[in-house]
Formats: sequence, structure tokens, C-alpha cells
Amino acid sequence: MALLEIQNLNRRFGGLKAVNNVSFNVEQGSIKAVIGPNGAGKTTLFNLIAGNLPANSGKIYFNHAQINGQKPYQIAKQGISRTYQNIKLFHGMTALENVMLGRHIRSRAGFIAGMLNLPWTWPEEKEIRDKAQEYLNLLGVAECADTEISNLSFGQQRGVEFARALATEPTLLLLDEPAAGLNIYETAEIGRLITKIKESGITVLLVEHDMSLVMDISDEIVVLSFGEKIAEDLPHNIQQNEEVIRIYLGDEDA
Amino acid sequence: MTPELFIQYLFAGITYGIIYAIVAIGFNIIYNTTGIINFAQGEFVMLGGMIAITMNAFMPMTLAIMVAVLITMVVGALIEMVFIRWLESPSVLRMIIITIGISILAREVALHIWGESVRALPYFIGNEVTSVSILGARISPQVLWVIGVCSLMVAGLSLFFKFTSLGREMRACAANRRAATLCGINTKNMVTLSFVLSAGIGAVAGCVMSPITYSDYSMGPNLAIKGFTVAILGGLGNSLAAVAAGLLLGIIEAFSVSVLPLAFQDAIATAILLLILFIRPHGLFGSSEAASLKEF
Amino acid sequence: MDLLKRYIPVLFLLGLVIGIQLMTHFTGTGYYLTQLTMSAYYSVVVIGLCVLMGYGGQISLGHAGFFAIGGYLAGALTTHNLMPFKDYGLITFLDRTGMLVASKDLYGGDLLTVEPWAACITAVLAAGIIAFTIGGPVLKLKGHYLAMATLGFGIIIYRIGLATQYFGEADGISEVPGFKLLPGIEVSGSFGARVLNYYIAWAVVIVAVILLLNLIHSRVGRALRSIHGAEEAANAMGVNTSRYKLYIFVLSAVFAALAGVLVTHYNGGIGPSEAGVMKSVRYVAIVAVGGMANIWGALIMGIVLNFLSLRGVFGSYDDAVFGIILIVIMLFAPQGILKINPWQQVKSFFSVLAAERGEDTADS
Repeated sequence: MALLEIQNLNRRFGGLKAVNNVSFNVEQGSIKAVIGPNGAGKTTLFNLIAGNLPANSGKIYFNHAQINGQKPYQIAKQGISRTYQNIKLFHGMTALENVMLGRHIRSRAGFIAGMLNLPWTWPEEKEIRDKAQEYLNLLGVAECADTEISNLSFGQQRGVEFARALATEPTLLLLDEPAAGLNIYETAEIGRLITKIKESGITVLLVEHDMSLVMDISDEIVVLSFGEKIAEDLPHNIQQNEEVIRIYLGDEDA
Repeated sequence: MTPELFIQYLFAGITYGIIYAIVAIGFNIIYNTTGIINFAQGEFVMLGGMIAITMNAFMPMTLAIMVAVLITMVVGALIEMVFIRWLESPSVLRMIIITIGISILAREVALHIWGESVRALPYFIGNEVTSVSILGARISPQVLWVIGVCSLMVAGLSLFFKFTSLGREMRACAANRRAATLCGINTKNMVTLSFVLSAGIGAVAGCVMSPITYSDYSMGPNLAIKGFTVAILGGLGNSLAAVAAGLLLGIIEAFSVSVLPLAFQDAIATAILLLILFIRPHGLFGSSEAASLKEF
Repeated sequence: MDLLKRYIPVLFLLGLVIGIQLMTHFTGTGYYLTQLTMSAYYSVVVIGLCVLMGYGGQISLGHAGFFAIGGYLAGALTTHNLMPFKDYGLITFLDRTGMLVASKDLYGGDLLTVEPWAACITAVLAAGIIAFTIGGPVLKLKGHYLAMATLGFGIIIYRIGLATQYFGEADGISEVPGFKLLPGIEVSGSFGARVLNYYIAWAVVIVAVILLLNLIHSRVGRALRSIHGAEEAANAMGVNTSRYKLYIFVLSAVFAALAGVLVTHYNGGIGPSEAGVMKSVRYVAIVAVGGMANIWGALIMGIVLNFLSLRGVFGSYDDAVFGIILIVIMLFAPQGILKINPWQQVKSFFSVLAAERGEDTADS
């Protein structure tokens, strides 16, 4: 059975069918990309999986358990972590603190322990900090650890958000346009990083506009158009799929 | 309950209800153009009444009321220009606190000008014992004044927003501020105008109600809470629904006198407010889908 | 090392507290201690609210309500005579378990009232439970709606105090006895106990500050700040945002109620004005001046402003001063005066003016 199974998922906004009867699977250990023109329903799909939006109908299974209908924090606890198209970091906190939040579900000190500063929380707190620093190092943004988030460049903010998502040690990582706003060198860097993440055993589902990146790294591609799935195949087949070329790649040439 | 008493309660309810509706519309006008809830809305009503009472000592009442409304409108414009105009996309929390501050300040200024005493404008026609008979109940003509003037204002406002180009520009601002700017509408002036308008209608209401309800420096917050309850009940931003909701609240309050101790009468609106916020924050007549699109 | 950095200001505060007491002792200005004691208790409300507003990002215009719940319940329980109900099973049971105390009233009549410790625990628990109950629906709201809902809650508490005979209606509750914390240590307004009460109040403040400082530097504090920073993302990181908001709301309500209990015993009474909207607004004003997410700022401002207000420095302009503070701080220094950059503000004010003048000429 696949790690993530999406079955006949529907979501309407008024009369608009943002996600229309979409089904697909994401296999354990693979990189799957969701592509499609603007307004195809890609981000809505992500919001449905992560629990930010309720589905009108359909089912989502993760690790054999149905997750639709659960709150985002419950889904996060089961091992799904995400990034956002328009970066959502915690303002008023430093980069390191942002990534430390990623360790939230991997630690357990509560209100009482926190207020009394109980000694057993000290090693836990140290571990949170060390791990967060490791992920900042991994993303190459270690130097901004103590900088407040709004003082960072766009690329650095992406890095911090990525580190935060990884810090939860997810089973499935949802990346919403990880290369948006990055130059070609940074995009290539992100591509290498995503492959590295996959090699470490994390399954990746990403939405991306940058075709070269998508074709390079993904194992399989799902194409959405106006909320419907119109193709699901290997990258080089998608490249030759006439309908896809017409509605999607063709649009870009025009 | 005798039919006469029933009619009497009903008219009392409608009188208060339509005043709440005016305060609620004042909230709506400003909310629609700015996304701000002006916590100082009740102070406009207080200022209108108090200034008219003072002016009435020097001039005929009609003139006094006009002067009072004008002064209050100027105060509304000043508040917007001094405290709000130059802020770059302030947070909701910040705006809440600023308008609360303005409300306190207006009240304190009023306290130092007029003191704590309760005052009233004279009745427009006759005096407190004059009454007309409607369906067997004795109703003060002032009640009809309140209902008449407030209804006219509501009608006037909806015509203004529908048919004048200025009114349309304000609505464009409400629908999409950025797009309105791009269409060449000076949105900042529209915001000032919304403050002037809601100060104006508040002041008029403050004048016509003064003979019956009396005016004092501290009447604002209570009215603001009730006006806000009505605005929420009708769905924030929806002024026609606010009229219906205002009448509803007014009538509930009027009839509650016969079952509840007087001390709790003012708590009814608050209880309704909490209830509606918990159950249907988008209002009795609003849709939740539309409400979730607005930024709170 | 971090711990040291966290607690050094606390030690400094302790030194200051002792220093001030010694100073008043040697200069014969001991009467200041009364207001300093009161200010200390009010500051407990303020720092609790500071964590809710500044870190949790949730405004409350109803905290005077929680203060009043604490004060009123403690006051009513420790003053109302239960002698007439002595034979009821519940009262007998409470009496046997030592929850009640017998004493004599002014005219020598027998009084049977609830023991202050039991009353205090009941009052604080009640405030906590009420906060927990209303917190669920209230904290689902945001922005204006949240502000209005908490304001509405405050008004209802105020009205209940004003309209209920048990709570003394407009007169409030008076002749509340002292609160014996330990043998020989009593919270009361008696003249002889002034220095002792000054230290009791400050001990409470210091404990409260330490608890809250620990909390905001812990995993929970980080989660709270993340809710303030970006609630949706916090949820996606596995933070149960509604539960955290509820808990911090309850915690700050408990702080307010505890302060209410202690102030009521110290003053020997409580009146409806303590529950008024203006009180709630004041607490918010102080947190705002202190810099929102700044416990030390809130504490310092809480002490300074409450002290000046209680000394009557602002005269009949007391409320006006708080109104002006709110406006000025929110206009020019929304981060609080401890982080103010006046030059930047003046510059932006004039640049906007200049820009508008430019627009106007372009229009004509």
C-alpha cells in the first residue's frame, strides 16, 4: 500500500470546483510532483492534505489511516510536514527559534514543566536547540541563526522554512513551490537538496512551476488542470503527453 | 398585558432599536471603508447631544442641532486625520487600542466641559406630558420624531450609496481598496468621509433622542456595545440588516422590563452579543462563506 | 549561562525592593509602601495579561472581570455569616473539615465564615474554570470579535456584581478579614503590618515573574510566540493552537483572580469599579506601554503607572491619562516605549504629509 492515498477528493468554493474528483497515490520513498497551470487547484490540494481545508468529499489515507477531517496539528504529528508558497515563518522570532518550533512534536515539556523550569526539560531543550542548529547548517543558513526572521533575504527565509519542515523529521514532506523566487543556481541547489532528502528516506510531494527542476528530480508527475487530474505518469512520458503539452506546456510557449 | 401597554412597549422598543441601528450603521460605514471597528462610535452620539444642548442656550433649537451635527462631523474628520490617516496598514490590535483611547479621551474631555450632570434638549413639540394617541396607547410625539428622523437617515444613506457618484466611490473602496485606488479614487479621502458621515448620523441621533433618553458624558460606551451587538447581529457591514437587528434588540429590551429586574436590562444586549459571537459570528443574515473571506 | 541571564534581573529587582523599603524606613516615608503594595498586586494582573497578549497574541478587554471574580468570591465567602445555616449537612461537614472559622463580629455576635485559604482556592479555581469554559468559544474569535467578546464578558461580570445582593450591589463588600498565609504572616491592611505586607506582595510578584519568565523561555513559550507570529504555520508544525491559547488564557485569568483575592484582603473590601471596563482597558494600556511581548516592560510600567495613579498624581485626569497613553503609544511606538525610535516616527509622519501634499498638487 502506498504511503499517501488520495481517493476521489473534491473541494468546491461556491460554484468553482477547485479540486474535482482527484485520486492518486504517493509511494514510500519517492518524489512525486504535482504540476498544472495557475488556478489548477494545486495549492488547494496541499491545503486539503495538510488539513487546512476540509474536503467536500473523498478520502485521504496516510500510513493506512484516514487523515481527512483531522486538524492540521494532528496530521503534523503523524509525520506530514509542509512549506508554503508564500513563506509562512513566525515573525518576531529568530531563524533558530523558528526551526526549534519544528522540534515541537518531537519534545514534550508542558505548561507546568515550563513554568517550574524542571531539570528534566534541560537536556530536552538543549537537544531541540542542537538539532535546530543542525538543520540550519544543512540548509546553509547557519549564519542567520540569531537574526530575526523579517531581516532575512527571501532565499534565506526559504531555507529557514525548509529547515523548519525537516526538523519535524517527517515521513512525508509537502513542498509548495520550493523554487519560486530563486535564481537558477539556487534552484539547482534546491533540486540537489530534495534528492538528498529522498535518499535519507523521506517521501516528497511537491508543487512546482519550474519544469526543468520537476523533470530532473521527480519519479512521477501528476498533472492538474481546472481541478481535474488529466495525467499521471513518469516524467519523460509526461513530456510527450499531447494533452499536457496542449493545456500546460503549450500555454507557456504562447 | 393590555393591548395599550403592548403598543407602548412596542414603540419604546422601536425608538431605542432605531437608535441602535443608527449606531450600528455608523460602525458599518467606517468598517466598510477601513476594516476598522471604531470603538469611539458611541461618543459621536454623546457629542451631538451635548453640544446641541449647550448651543440651544444661545440660539434656536434647529440651528443648535445643525451646529452640533456640523461640529461633531468636524471632530470625526479630525479624529481620522490626526490618528488614522498616516498609519501604514496598522494591525487590528493597534487600531482597536487607538479607537478605545480616542473613546476614553472624548469622554474625559466631555466630563471636564460638561461635568457629570444629566441634561436634555427640550421636546421638539410640546413637553414631556404631551402625547398623541396611537391604537389607544399614549405616545410622546418625540418618539415619532426619533423614528421619523432615523428612518429618513437610513433611507437617505441607502440612496446616497446607491445613486451618487461619491457614494459609489465609497462602496468601491469597501469592495476593494487597492482596485479603487487604481481607478483613481482617493481612498484616503473616502476614509475621512466615512468618519464624517458616521459622526454626522451619530450626532443627529444624539440630538433627537436627547429629550427622551437624556444625555450625559458617559452614555457612549453603552450605546457602542449595543450598536456593535446590532451590527454583528445583522452581519458586520450590512446596514439594512442592521436596521432589522436594531429593532429586534430594541423590542427585546423593551419587553424584558416586564420579566427581568431593571439592573439586568443592560446586560441583555451583552448576553446576546456573546451568544451571537459564539454561535453565528457572521450574523443572523450573513453567510459564513462570505465572512471567512473578510480579514478580521 | 542563559539561566543566569534570565534570573539576574530578578535579583536586581529583589535588591531594589529591599532598597526602597529601607529608604522609606530611614526617610520616614513609609506611607508610600501602601501604594507600592497595591501596585505590586495589580502588576501581577498585568504580567499575566502580558503573556496572553504579547506572547499568545490574544487581546483581552475583560481581565478586570477575572480580578473581580477572585476578589468578590474571596470577599463574600470570608464575610458572609454561615451561622444561620449551621445545621445544614454541607455546612457542618465544612466546619468539621476546618474549612470554616468562627469569630465574633463588632457587636459580639457569633460569626461563622469560610477560612481565607479555602476561600482563596475556591475563588481562584472558580476564575480558572470560568476562563476555561468561556475560553473555548471566545478564543475561536479574532481581532475585533475577540476584543468585543472579552469586553462583553467583563461587562457581564460588572453587572452581576452591581445587581447581586450577595456581592453587595453598588456598595461592594467591606470588612473583609485578613488572610493568614502562615502563622504570623497575614495579608491585611492594618497599619502595623505595612512593611510585612509590602514584602508579601513583592514576594508574590517575584514568584509570578520567575514562573512566567521560565514559561516564555520554554517549549511552551516558543509555541505561544509562534501562534502570535503565524497561527496557521504553528498548527502545521504540530502545535495544538486552540489548546495553547486556552491554557494561556486560563493561566492569565488565574493570575488576575489571585491578585483580586489578595487585594481584597489587603484593602478589606472590593467594589464594582474593580470590575469596570476602564480597569480592563488600563491593564491593556500598561501592557501596551511596556512593549507587549516584554514581561519586564509590563512590570515596570505596571508599578510606575499604578503607583502614580494611586498617589493621585493625575488628579481628575486619571482616566484621560490612560487614554492618552494608549493613543500615543499605539501611534508612535506600537512596540512599546522601551524600543522606541522617535526619529524614525517623526520622519515617517512628515514624509506621509509631504507625499499627500504632492498628490494634492498633482490633482489640481
